[in-house]
Amino acid sequence: MRTNVHVKKRVAIVGAGLTLFARRLLETPAELAWEAASRALGSAGLALKDIDCVVIGSAVDGFDGVHMKGEHIADGAGGLLRPTVRVAMGGGTGVMVPIAAWWHVASGLCKTVLAVGEEKMSHAYPHPQAVFAYIWHPILERPLGPNLIWIFALEMAWYMRECKASKEDIALVSVKNKRNALDNPHAQAAANITVEDVLKSETLVWPVQLLDISPVSDGAAALVLADESVARRITDTPVWIEGVGFALDSSFWYNRDLSYPRYVEQAARMAYKMAGIERPWKEIDIAEPHDPFDYKELHNLEGLMLARKCEAPRLLKEGHFERSGELPTSPSGGLLGMGNPIAASGLMKTAELFWQLRYEAGARQVKKAVHKAVASSWGGLMQTSTVIVLSR
Amino acid sequence: MEIPGKYVREEELRKMKGVIEYVPKAKYSYSAGQALSVFLRGLKEGKILGKRCSSCGRILLPPREFCESCFSPAGEWLELPQTGRVETASVSYISAKRGKLERPEIVAIIRLDAPGYRGDEPEFPGIFHRLCGVSEEDVMSGRVFGARVRARWRPAEQRAGSITDIECFERW
Repeated sequence: MRTNVHVKKRVAIVGAGLTLFARRLLETPAELAWEAASRALGSAGLALKDIDCVVIGSAVDGFDGVHMKGEHIADGAGGLLRPTVRVAMGGGTGVMVPIAAWWHVASGLCKTVLAVGEEKMSHAYPHPQAVFAYIWHPILERPLGPNLIWIFALEMAWYMRECKASKEDIALVSVKNKRNALDNPHAQAAANITVEDVLKSETLVWPVQLLDISPVSDGAAALVLADESVARRITDTPVWIEGVGFALDSSFWYNRDLSYPRYVEQAARMAYKMAGIERPWKEIDIAEPHDPFDYKELHNLEGLMLARKCEAPRLLKEGHFERSGELPTSPSGGLLGMGNPIAASGLMKTAELFWQLRYEAGARQVKKAVHKAVASSWGGLMQTSTVIVLSR
Repeated sequence: MEIPGKYVREEELRKMKGVIEYVPKAKYSYSAGQALSVFLRGLKEGKILGKRCSSCGRILLPPREFCESCFSPAGEWLELPQTGRVETASVSYISAKRGKLERPEIVAIIRLDAPGYRGDEPEFPGIFHRLCGVSEEDVMSGRVFGARVRARWRPAEQRAGSITDIECFERW
């Protein structure tokens, strides 16, 4: 049952494009944006002249060391003399891009939108960790000298204790996603690894080890969105955006239980309600939950109500989330396998579902029939969730 | 189909023409604001000060001027007990810039014992700080979770009105 919003125009995704994801690409941010945008336009059979509006997503200005990063990449994103806007929601940016593009079209404001996510993390030298240090509160947190991974380690340890999940249980996510990425020609960190490899990798901040984390990456991704009248004209297989949701929790992250992401649930409920989905665990066929860390995929799956609280590790062990399983998750290879150029990787997840729902994912195509899909991205100080529901 | 994007190795890049190295030079003087200024003065005196929301009654620690939940002004100040329980902890082997630490650092989220709280609420007055007297093994075995801890202060003459006036939280 659809209940809560009046949507003026039904919105479809009609094209998608990706660059290579890698630790260092020669291209500038604008060049990366242009490559992905051109691919997306090409796949939709459109040219830039057919585009009404542009939505750009890029997360962290500090990676480029240039403010107004959005304006700097806008030319490459097709923004010239068009209504153009940038969204930045930290790690949640990736899925926020198609969400913002959706409301441009759903409102009737634009018939076609080019949505581009770009991130070039490798500028920051020798390691972008130094830039990440600026997410912390300058007075309460920075004097303690934290690195970004601390907060994930604290959350992961809490989740492990609450759910009685072991390091082995969680490492299986990394094993699965890196293996899925072997079939993705855009991937940076595809590998056939074992749980033991994860457990033997360098411990950065216990319980987080090197192979628990997605690598630093450069890359861009783009989608073309169109309203129903345009979509029906240009393709026989539009992928519909059925629901969107987003929510933000407080930045006082040590004032709340981190073992369960309530803000993810809130964003998911908003998206499912719009999509008329009442039992997501039954109705969703395939998912791309945010997986910057392996435990994060499980955490997000529970927040997305695709598994009960603390149930995701068991379902994972039983093969439920494999490409051949009942609910394939991160069939693209996820961020763990693909690399994590922040705004691009979330958009990549939406692009993967676009290909899966059109049965165009090639070697990555999941076994089961797919009709409804959900992607999420996550960010901030354990704060941000952005969720999109698609159907064919 | 050819995939756009040309991968370059770090060493190759360093040899290329037109590579610019740049370190931003910017200085900031942050004001602690209405609520945190009082909190920091309290730390200097060896006190942990929180605020109580005038509307829902929840205790805000770190203190803020307004309760983000009720959106009403936070009311009275109160001094909180300096004891609490470890909710979660981790052991860091890397620095803020990703260098190796010589001695691993153990940090935690501490749920403070606050009046009117049972101790199992999903929202709670809490502090993010270092732990001392705790070994790596204590964290990895899970022994430290739920442990009772209390604030260990720097000597009064060394306190500067900073979060580091508390040296760490120690078991007791």
